Amino acid sequence: MTSIPAGRIIRFALLSFGALMILAPYIFMISTAGKTQSDIFTSSLALIPQHFYFAENFAKAFAKVPMATLLWNGVIVCGLIFFFQVVVAIPCAYAMANLKFRAARLMMVLVMLGLLVPIHATALPLYVAFDRMSLLNSYTSLVAPFTISVFAIFMFLQFFRAMPDDLLHAARLDGMSELGIVARVIVPNAWPAVTAFAIFSVVAHWNDLYWPLIVVSKQAYATPPLGLMYFRAAEAGDDYGALMAATLIITLPLVAAFLLAQKRFVEGITMTGLKG
Amino acid sequence: MSSVALAGNVASAAARRARSEDRTAWLLAAPAIVLLLLFVLLPVAAVIFLGFTDFELGYGKFRFVGFENYAHLLNDRTFRRSLWNTSVYTAVVAPVSIVLGLGVALLIEGEGRARGFFRTVYFLPVASLIVAMATVWQYIFHPTIGPLNALLSLVGVPGPNWLGASNTVLYSLSIIGIWQSVGFNMVLFLAGLTAIPRELYAAAHVDGAKSALDRFFLVTWPMLGPTTLFVVTISITNAVKVFETVKMLTDGGPNKASEVLLFTIYQEGFVYLRVGYASAMTVVFLAILVVLMLLQYRVLDRRVHYT
Amino acid sequence: MSALSLRGLKKSFGGNAILNGVSLDVEAGEFIALVGPSGCGKSTLLRILAGLDNADSGEILVGGKDISSVAAADRNIAMVFQSYALYPHLTAGQNIAVPLAMKRLSRSQRLPLVGSLLPGQREIRTGIARDVREMAGLLKIDHLLDRKPGQMSGGQRQRVALARAMVRQPSIFLMDEPLSNLDANLRVHARGEIVELHRRAGVPTLYVTHDQAEALSMADRVAVMIGGNLLQLAAPEVIYNDPAHVEVARFVGQPRINIIQAQAENGRVGFEGIRLALLEKVANGPVSLGIRPEFVKLSPSGRSGLAGRIERLEFLGSEVIAHCRLDTSGYSVVAKLAPHEARDLIAGMKVGVVLTPEQAMVFGPEGKRLRIADMAGARQEPAYV
Repeated sequence: MTSIPAGRIIRFALLSFGALMILAPYIFMISTAGKTQSDIFTSSLALIPQHFYFAENFAKAFAKVPMATLLWNGVIVCGLIFFFQVVVAIPCAYAMANLKFRAARLMMVLVMLGLLVPIHATALPLYVAFDRMSLLNSYTSLVAPFTISVFAIFMFLQFFRAMPDDLLHAARLDGMSELGIVARVIVPNAWPAVTAFAIFSVVAHWNDLYWPLIVVSKQAYATPPLGLMYFRAAEAGDDYGALMAATLIITLPLVAAFLLAQKRFVEGITMTGLKG
Repeated sequence: MSSVALAGNVASAAARRARSEDRTAWLLAAPAIVLLLLFVLLPVAAVIFLGFTDFELGYGKFRFVGFENYAHLLNDRTFRRSLWNTSVYTAVVAPVSIVLGLGVALLIEGEGRARGFFRTVYFLPVASLIVAMATVWQYIFHPTIGPLNALLSLVGVPGPNWLGASNTVLYSLSIIGIWQSVGFNMVLFLAGLTAIPRELYAAAHVDGAKSALDRFFLVTWPMLGPTTLFVVTISITNAVKVFETVKMLTDGGPNKASEVLLFTIYQEGFVYLRVGYASAMTVVFLAILVVLMLLQYRVLDRRVHYT
Repeated sequence: MSALSLRGLKKSFGGNAILNGVSLDVEAGEFIALVGPSGCGKSTLLRILAGLDNADSGEILVGGKDISSVAAADRNIAMVFQSYALYPHLTAGQNIAVPLAMKRLSRSQRLPLVGSLLPGQREIRTGIARDVREMAGLLKIDHLLDRKPGQMSGGQRQRVALARAMVRQPSIFLMDEPLSNLDANLRVHARGEIVELHRRAGVPTLYVTHDQAEALSMADRVAVMIGGNLLQLAAPEVIYNDPAHVEVARFVGQPRINIIQAQAENGRVGFEGIRLALLEKVANGPVSLGIRPEFVKLSPSGRSGLAGRIERLEFLGSEVIAHCRLDTSGYSVVAKLAPHEARDLIAGMKVGVVLTPEQAMVFGPEGKRLRIADMAGARQEPAYV
């Protein structure tokens, strides 16, 4: 099974071409973020700006886009969602996997059903309910619907099923209560599954536009996607330089996190994918 | 005598343990059950119920209208256009991103040193903010100052108004959709590929499978079965749920040419506040998702698992 | 001209030499067991023969022709893998048919739906089905043809793997530890079946195993490979009774041969009262003295043999293994005794350890076997008192 050089070259060429297609938007984003208005209008293909306008564009973006608020909101919302999802899902999955209880099968059916129902399907009544309770434009309404993640239950269930029983038997023999087992044996061992799920959850909710669009109308509670949308609307779409600078700033946190923790990211998606 | 008493004790002790285990399990699962009820089951029931009413937010009263909403849907040109557009979008994005994802995964799998680099690059769109990248694509697709048309004009091809013309908008959105999903599918396929035992390829070689294509059909493709099923399911459902790009870039236009299911639901329910009507649409949307899932698992699942 | 010849095969992985110039010949119809400890390179050798890997240097001749540059798929060599490597998505019958389909049907004829519409392939497929059924009958797996590997036991899967290898009537058979995944009873039974199948098919076979008992019991000739070197290629009795190298002597035989350090001086070897004269010249210095456990006798009265003590007795039913330690030198020596010989022995007692000098083997400092000239001045009585 020796590799023929010709085959390798073709493969590399194809991959590189594809990679270029994938990277193109990023290249243009960075390049345009540094151009003046006139530059953008005259030489769209020139990657290096005639006049380096980075500072000005970024200044404009920072002025119009409340970056700190957006990032803060993003962190709070995603953090709270993730926290609650895990706190709710792990005990439930543990019970379903290891303890004999009569409703286990019913729970399985409910979990499978839940996988079919995205937020888009339940948004309307939830919105009406939150409106009636005056909870719009609050962290509660942003976080609450997502605290139950059927996917998390499903994933942790698979994980617990695969865990060796002997670990639990040993803990029981040592006299630990079920709750104690969850806290002191399960949680530390479940760490890889938790981080994998963390990545999945954070990426999904950081990116979410639909629900925040529905429940938030005030800038103060805007999440990053929403913030960018407001900026777009405010800009009336002509100053592409500042716009690209804004997108660059907003995209940077997640991309930086990804580049730093690549393996975990990929593991996360794979784990959730394979088990799903 | 004492053994009978002992047996009785053991039995009741076991029963007590079973009951306490039962109780603990309920306790542990309780929060999940409550939240599931509150945020999934009740809302779904509410949506189905509301679909039979003419509820509008802001108006206090509402009445039962039976299947009137659904009848209206059948004749609603916007909704029908929306269904059509979503189908076209899905029919383009899902297959292309699946095939490309598989292709890239196969290429990367065979690649030696630059593997990690390519994997990172192709996965980048997945880790980037959709909304932000959609904006960048809007710039790229811009008819006058966008680099795409500038590139085309270099070779003398007049570039169309990608996002502004009704005959191209759906395909432009599809391009963005494919760009976003190839990396995700690639990662899933890569995981599936690495799970294939190497010895099967050795056996294939010895059995006379000379070319890479032979080995692909004999070993790779069949062994990827479960992965492929999953990727197909995810790709189709994600395509049907397209929203962000439409909201950010086209608002359903021009002239409803890029009107998609979720966008229509959003407009009806949250902009025009016709919650009852939008609920009926949501029921249809949910039904489509359920049917797609069932179809895939019924048709493909049996063929795909070998144990 | 041998059916299969290997000449000077060398292979290194990143600085480690896996094969150090291995040469051997397999004659027509011969069953050669290639045996050695894990990591000695035997699986690598097999992969190179099959065409799955390339040697760094050396030749492979099949029927006199060099096939080193021929692709694996074209070599007409069949291989049974340790894990059987059956295609999980195909039934047993389809698995067995794969090599035939690859050979007899063209690429387009093999396509799943379209292929069955093309002309000419119907007869080929019937022919293939017939051959598959015949082979299944031979291996007694006809009733399994519609089952998938996941629905079969280990032994059944092994037979399907064998059938798949045999159905293409290869010119050489390679087997890579095909029995190591079976449980003990099944393994012994399967050994006999494989030998029988080989006799019927008459195809030259190279059988890799790490189990020396398997190698000795099945093969026409045994090749002992240790550390990338082929140390000896000979009939099983020769390997056992006349090893060419101390590693060969160590590897074969259960319990292990006793190896004792002795001194060579002026062409004679001495150890505590044993004196042996060597036929070959060797420099003065340390040499190894080997004696198999069945040639070590114990004298409870202590009147003959070297002073020692029994540390442990293992009762194995038809024989007793006594682990002893010599008093003066501190060497541990293992004796294999018949039950009646061990009647009066208990652990901890003092005994005389009698090393039968006629059965002793001497190995030089490099490990090579040195011939003994005569039984000069052995000061022990071989009898048991």
